[in-house]
Amino acid sequence: MSTLLEVQNLKVRFPTERGEVEVVKGISFSLGRERLGIVGESGSGKSMTGRSVMGLIGKPGRVTADRMMFDGIDLTRTDEAGYRRLRGARMSMVMQDPKFSLNPVMRIGEQIGEALAFHARMSAKARKAKVLEALEAVRINDPERVYNLYPHEVSGGMGQRVMIAMMVFLEPDLMIADEPTSALDVSVRAQVLEIMDDLVRRRGMGLMLISHDLNMVSHWCDRILVMFNGQIVEECAAGKLHEAKHPYTQGLVASLPRLNETRERLPVLDRAALEKLA
Amino acid sequence: MIDVDSLNVFYGSTAVVKDVSFSVATGESFALVGESGSGKSTILKALAGQVDSWSGSIALGNMPLGHKRTKAMMRHVQMVFQDHYGSLHPRKTVDDALTEPLAIHGIGAKDERVLSMLDAVGLARKFRFRLPHQLSGGQRQRVAIARALMLEPELLLLDEPTSALDVSVQAEILNLLKSLREERGLTYLLVTHDLPVVSFLCDRLGVLRHGKLEEVAPVSALKAGALTSDYGRELVERSQVF
Repeated sequence: MSTLLEVQNLKVRFPTERGEVEVVKGISFSLGRERLGIVGESGSGKSMTGRSVMGLIGKPGRVTADRMMFDGIDLTRTDEAGYRRLRGARMSMVMQDPKFSLNPVMRIGEQIGEALAFHARMSAKARKAKVLEALEAVRINDPERVYNLYPHEVSGGMGQRVMIAMMVFLEPDLMIADEPTSALDVSVRAQVLEIMDDLVRRRGMGLMLISHDLNMVSHWCDRILVMFNGQIVEECAAGKLHEAKHPYTQGLVASLPRLNETRERLPVLDRAALEKLA
Repeated sequence: MIDVDSLNVFYGSTAVVKDVSFSVATGESFALVGESGSGKSTILKALAGQVDSWSGSIALGNMPLGHKRTKAMMRHVQMVFQDHYGSLHPRKTVDDALTEPLAIHGIGAKDERVLSMLDAVGLARKFRFRLPHQLSGGQRQRVAIARALMLEPELLLLDEPTSALDVSVQAEILNLLKSLREERGLTYLLVTHDLPVVSFLCDRLGVLRHGKLEEVAPVSALKAGALTSDYGRELVERSQVF
C-alpha cells in the first residue's frame, strides 16, 4: 500500500503560565489509502494531531516534527499560502458540529461553491451544476431546495452531509474527520459513515477518523491508534479492540456498558497508575 | 410514583407527544428511549414543568400535577441535564449552586448538608469553592447531581446525564447514580438514546417513536434481544453496530 501521509515524532506545544505544555508528545504514524481510526478521550491529543496535519494549529501553539510528508510534500516546510492551496483541494477536514462549522449567514449552495471558486476556475453556472451534483452525491434528495437553504434550516444529519459535499468534487486525497458523527442520531450516523466509506473506496482516499466512540471506530476503520496523554499507546487492527494489550485500551473497553449488562458496577480507569505508566 | 395518562404535548399546533401513558413505581428506574424528535425529552419537560402546553394527566404519588409547579413539589422532583457546562451558573461556586435550593426552601444547617452531599457524590471537599470552569466534565456532572439531591427529592429526572462525558467518566457517573439510588431509595426517570446505559441502570424501558409509545418492556427483554415492537428491535440492531 502506498503511503499517503507519514508523520515522525510530531509534537504540539502550547505556552501556559506554568511553562510550556506538550499536548502531543512525539508521535509517529503513517497512513495509506485506508481508514485509520484515532481514538482517545478528551485531552488525549487526538484532535490536535488531526489539526496539526492540516496546519490548523494557530499561534501561540507550536508544531514540530522530524518528518511530516504528505504525498511527496514536506508539510514541515509548508507555509500558510502553501497550506491554502492544499486544504480543500488535496486534504479536507470534517468537523464535529455542522452548526458551528457552517457560515450561518450564507446559503448552503454558495458555501459549497466557495471552495470550488477558490480552487478551480469555472463559470457561475457550471459551478452551480457541480454543487448540485455534490449534494446529490451525499444523498440529498432535493438538491435544488437545499441549495437555497441556510444552515439553521437543515437538520444535524443534513448539515453534516453538506460539510462532506463541500469536499466531494474536489476529491481530496486525505480526509480528516474529527468526531463527524458525534452530534448525530444513530440512524443518521450510518448514512454519514457510508458516504465517507464510499469516498474512500471509490476514490481511493485516505481517511483519518478521530473519535471517542470505540465501537464505531472499531467497526468502521481498518486500523486503530489509541491515544492517551498525548501519546499513541497502542495500535490495533479493526475489530480486534477487545484483544487490546495496553491497560488504558483495556480499561476503556471494559468501562463501556453493554447491551446485555450483568455487572453491578462498571470498572473505572485508574488514571494515576496509567499516567505513571505513560 | 409517577402516573402519566394519555399525555399529549403540543408545540404550537404540532403534537410532539401523542397519547402517551405509563407509570413508574416507587424505587423503580424507568428509561424513555428513542431518537431525536421522538418526544422523550419533551415528556421529561412536561413532568418538570418546563412546558405548559400539555393535556392528559400526570400524577406524582397521589398528587395530580397542575400546569403550575409549586415550591412544595420541587422537593419531590429534581432534574439533571445533559449539558454539565450549561446547567451550572458560570460565575457561581459549587457551594453557591448547592446552597441555593436550601436558601429558597428555608432549610438550615447548610454547611453540614453541603459537606455531606459532596461526600455522597464523591467530590473532594476542596472543590467546594471552585467555579464550574475549574472542574472537569465529570466533576461538573457530580455537582449537578449533588444540587438535584440537596432537597432530598424522591424522584430524579435524568436527561441524557452521561452522553456528554468521556466513556471512562461515564462509567464513574453511572456507578454513582446506581449507588445513590440504592442508598437513598430514589426513583429515576431516565431519558437516553444509549441502550447499554439502560441495561446498566434501569428496570424497565419505554420505546418512543414520533411521539408515540411503541412499547414498554422490562430491561430483561432488552438484554435478551426480545423487544416486541419492530421499532424497538430496529433500535437494538443499530446500537449493536455502533
